Amino acid sequence: MNALRLETREDVGAVLRARLAGFVRSLRDSGFKVGLAETSDALRLLQSPFVHRQDRLKSSFRTLFCGRLSDWKKFDELFDAYWVGRGVKSGVKISGSSPRKGMKTIREMVDVEGCRQDTIAGDVERQPGEEDEETSETPSGRREGASVAENLGQIDFRKIEDPEALKQAHELAERLSRSMRVRLTRRDRQKRKARRLDLRRTIRHSIAHGGTPLELIRKGPRQQQLRLVVLLDASGSMNNYTGVFTRFVHGILDNFREAEAFLFHTRLVHVSSALSERDAGRALDRLGLMAQGVGGGTKIGEALADFNRWHAARVIHSRTCVMILSDGYDTGAPDVLGEEMARLRRRCRRIVWLNPLIGWEGYEPSAGGMQAALPHVDLFAPAHNLESLAALEPYLAGL
Amino acid sequence: MSKTKDQIAEALAKTGYVADEGLATALVLTEMLGRPLLLEGEAGVGKTEVAKALARLEETDLIRLQCYEGLDRSDAIYEWNYQRQLLAIKAREGSGDDANSVEEAVFSEKYLLERPLLSAIRQAEPPVLLIDEIDRADEEFEAFLLEILSDYQVSIPELGTVEAVTIPRVVLTSNGTRELSDALRRRCLYHYVDYPTPDREARILLSRVDGLDARLALQISELMGKLRKEDLVKIPGVAETIDWAAALLGLGAKDLHKNRELVFDTLTCVLKTREDKSRVTVEVTDRLLGKVA
Repeated sequence: MNALRLETREDVGAVLRARLAGFVRSLRDSGFKVGLAETSDALRLLQSPFVHRQDRLKSSFRTLFCGRLSDWKKFDELFDAYWVGRGVKSGVKISGSSPRKGMKTIREMVDVEGCRQDTIAGDVERQPGEEDEETSETPSGRREGASVAENLGQIDFRKIEDPEALKQAHELAERLSRSMRVRLTRRDRQKRKARRLDLRRTIRHSIAHGGTPLELIRKGPRQQQLRLVVLLDASGSMNNYTGVFTRFVHGILDNFREAEAFLFHTRLVHVSSALSERDAGRALDRLGLMAQGVGGGTKIGEALADFNRWHAARVIHSRTCVMILSDGYDTGAPDVLGEEMARLRRRCRRIVWLNPLIGWEGYEPSAGGMQAALPHVDLFAPAHNLESLAALEPYLAGL
Repeated sequence: MSKTKDQIAEALAKTGYVADEGLATALVLTEMLGRPLLLEGEAGVGKTEVAKALARLEETDLIRLQCYEGLDRSDAIYEWNYQRQLLAIKAREGSGDDANSVEEAVFSEKYLLERPLLSAIRQAEPPVLLIDEIDRADEEFEAFLLEILSDYQVSIPELGTVEAVTIPRVVLTSNGTRELSDALRRRCLYHYVDYPTPDREARILLSRVDGLDARLALQISELMGKLRKEDLVKIPGVAETIDWAAALLGLGAKDLHKNRELVFDTLTCVLKTREDKSRVTVEVTDRLLGKVA
């Protein structure tokens, strides 16, 4: 079958090999999942006469290296940038130039501590001298965090000014999301005990005992896990909260088996892949690059419309809970928001709207956007401190 | 047996599938590298058709595994024929055979039911294995699919490991209702099947609808292209275009501009939700028709 398969690698020059390695590296920097197997297949391709025309090489490499639609869309640009030297700017930008000046990046807002030294964006933005402090961290810091947890839990995020306390709040938010996941699983298992007899499997196992059904096999409705889709508002009015929330979302994504995250301000960005990085510092670096323009105005309605149109079919199923983290200050038209919320409501199981402003004294959800959205929200809850986030857990577990 | 890209595209066209250039390349590569091909795209762009056309082209069998939620080993790979096994045990009860020989007899090929994946690797001629809508199956299924796709062998505890006789050509399709695991994506070649360009769609129409005039085919596919750019809830696929063309032809349309009413009335073939129906009014249809040559 594989008549064109070539075994040796000697005939591809060392130069070409190095160029290919560079290309693979640039793909990896842009978020492609490319392994050794793909690289060696690419080498084999280069040796076959089939790809000696450049347009064929491009479409062959595209088929080989892409794994998803987002890769597919980026590929042509990256390929041209690397092999043809065209449109270099856009190709390189993704991997690490600093964000535009004047824009506030997520990183600045979040004030990440303990992040890796080798991240690219980190080098650009970090202040000199800050580094030593970070790296000399000891594991015992964790215990300290727990002991302060009680009073930290009640302080409004925007009132935490001490960077040390803020850092602990971040850690706590992340741990909180982790513990939520564990408790959810436990509930799941208990339910599985009540199951009916599975006759087919019982008979199948009885064969080993000559037809006597010694082992009884049971079955029951398979518990499908809750999927969580988080839409995080990163507009200017949410500045004080974005940091803690991002860490919270990172924790959720890291621990829920099925979770997706989107970030919106004036437009919607899918950030799951950035946040799937285990190291929180790095994840936020990548997030910062993906979501430039954070901290401006909000168009919640339009962002939701975007979500409904392009992402909802893929990320939402009947057991999905959509969690919106926003203060509800919308610069777009309230009708659009109401309409899109209604559309979203029809698709998913629950909509939870977490609004940090509820924690403020005397707050009424009077903003036009909030008014339009409220009828479609199942749970409208405060999210101004860690305690309010923790209070969510029983609700999610009960879904 | 290897073919160049153009030959493949041409041969595919003969079997009734009009492939674009990228897809022909991808098909050449699956053969060259021996990897499965993952096709993604919206519903109705003809992903499943690729596998069918490939089977016709290679003149081999098409083995299809339709995925659904809850699909497991016994539906996808193999299962023992319990009823026959029980009967065999009962029949031997009085004969005085010892337990080992009964067990051996009962767990033999004779009592094994092949399901698509096992049957695909045991064919004398390499078949085309179509794993349709893989995104509908659970993640657990994806995991053991990986085992088969990388080693082309199946281990059956009672029988031993079954090695592949021939390596099938594997085509997976996904509608993107669920994100597939990176491991599976990495193992496969990837091709994103987009809606066809008007020119290609017209050629598809010509090969699928008998008696269709080339000019009308082009008009229909151009109108479809415009329609897909409208803000629709359910964007119509190629299958819908074919239905629509057949409907228009059956109702005696020769030129879309001269049969404006007919065009509007037959839009039911294409628009499948209430919102879309109410959005594409007579005025919208006329506006779209105005842009079509």
